[in-house]
Amino acid sequence: MKAGSNLEKVFEAGKFAVTAEIGPPQSANPEPLIHHAKMLKGHADAFNLTDNQTAVVRLSSIASAVVIMREGIEPVIQMTCRDRNRIALQSDLLGAGALGVKNVLCLTGDHQTFGNEKNAKSVFDFDSISELQTFNALRTEGKQVGGEIIKDPPKVYLGCAENPFATPYEFRAMRLAKKATAGADFCQTQAIFDMDMFEKWMDEVRARGVDKRVHILAGVIPMKSAGAARYMKNKVPGMIVPNDIVDRMKNAKDQKEEGIKLCIEQIEHLKTVKGVHGVHIMPVAWEEMVPRIVKEAGLLPRPTFA
Amino acid sequence: MIVAKRKPMNEIAEMVAPYKKITVIGCRSCVAICLAGGEKEVKMLISALKVKNRKQGKHQEFEGLVVERQCEKEWIKEVEGKVLGSDLVLSMACSLGAQTIGDMYPEKLVFPGLNTGMFGVPEEQGVWSEKCVGCGDCVIHTTGGICPVARCAKSMSNGPCGGSANGKCEVNLEVDCAWSAIYDRLKLQNRLDLIEKISPAKDWSTSHSGGRRVYVREDAKLTPHQKKGKEGTQ
Repeated sequence: MKAGSNLEKVFEAGKFAVTAEIGPPQSANPEPLIHHAKMLKGHADAFNLTDNQTAVVRLSSIASAVVIMREGIEPVIQMTCRDRNRIALQSDLLGAGALGVKNVLCLTGDHQTFGNEKNAKSVFDFDSISELQTFNALRTEGKQVGGEIIKDPPKVYLGCAENPFATPYEFRAMRLAKKATAGADFCQTQAIFDMDMFEKWMDEVRARGVDKRVHILAGVIPMKSAGAARYMKNKVPGMIVPNDIVDRMKNAKDQKEEGIKLCIEQIEHLKTVKGVHGVHIMPVAWEEMVPRIVKEAGLLPRPTFA
Repeated sequence: MIVAKRKPMNEIAEMVAPYKKITVIGCRSCVAICLAGGEKEVKMLISALKVKNRKQGKHQEFEGLVVERQCEKEWIKEVEGKVLGSDLVLSMACSLGAQTIGDMYPEKLVFPGLNTGMFGVPEEQGVWSEKCVGCGDCVIHTTGGICPVARCAKSMSNGPCGGSANGKCEVNLEVDCAWSAIYDRLKLQNRLDLIEKISPAKDWSTSHSGGRRVYVREDAKLTPHQKKGKEGTQ
């Protein structure tokens, strides 16, 4: 065991893992986190806390992790390279380790021009791959990127993200292989709507043997409306939403219900894709639907370990 | 070359408003080529400022001149009299030119007429794009001749990120994704093995992050004797 996190145990036991995202609030009030933690407990193996996602200032992911750990659920903290240089990233990794955080997702981060502090100076000292490489050396050898050897390195399970739907498509499996080499133990994918394209990517991933080196969590988003489908299709770079899905949402009598049904169907299908070791549910401010999705997708009860 | 843009007219007018005798100094190098601070732009700026003054019944004295390279002391020396004889120098060179004059005559006011933007290249008439940020450690032999530090919005060493769509950058859909372009170039050159390799954390100490850079070439420096001789000829 690298970190002994619940998520790591689920993967090591060969179980189909479930993770879900919790968006920290735009305030210093921990109540929304506590509310979601109580509601989601027992419905996923670990919960992702985003790191100022889309560059919008929010309660920090490490602080959020501590809040939800008090409620007895396991966090995956996201750490982006947008706002912190190597000094801050390594320092926060030590801090997260000291606070008992065991899962860390390494991301380059959304550019600040998308957020609510557009005049910020970007950092990007690292990218996700050099971050992974650094954290991996820190946890295994206690070696900082600058060469200093430290005592008591953090024990963390390292994750990454990959987007099969961003160009150049033919490079995306290779890029995941790079992340595995850099030290990633697991990977969350971008939300999948084009299942054929995802499976094509998985074919390449398997052909390279990458599925044997990194546990893949297939990303899903339950959609609230046809408008949401259209928005993701047209406005979010690197997301592909096929027309038949937009039409299905548009023609549904109850769009919310259809979004949930679609998400459950997607999970049912993803369970059958070779090399997919779990799902990552990104509810996008619709956290209350996660228990139902997990239950109806036949993913309950979640495994427990003595 | 260094690419700059003229500051907005109102900002310039406000900046120069308190001064009477203003010398506007352009530069025949980069900023002339990028149509920001050459002879023509100096003339245009002065006539625009004069028109503005006429409308407001205000009087200021403007003189325009252009030097070969404003970042080199030798060329500034030639217009020393004009600099010393004015209340304000409005530099229409890049910030290097403005700072050169300012450093030579610290008692004189030298204001910038341009916003210095980038190391860029003219792509077509009227279009300039950034291609280098002067990181001090060039890697383009490994990236198909395309700089990821300057041309990727996140300066990634291992791109492209998940926001690359149709080969364009998520930050500006008009701009090519640098890593998508690197991938295509390396593929064309049959060198895709290069992109499979991990680029470890970049050493930024050669960039501005390592502090202000001063390059010294001992072999190129003049001896005190040579310096004296050079001064004597001027």
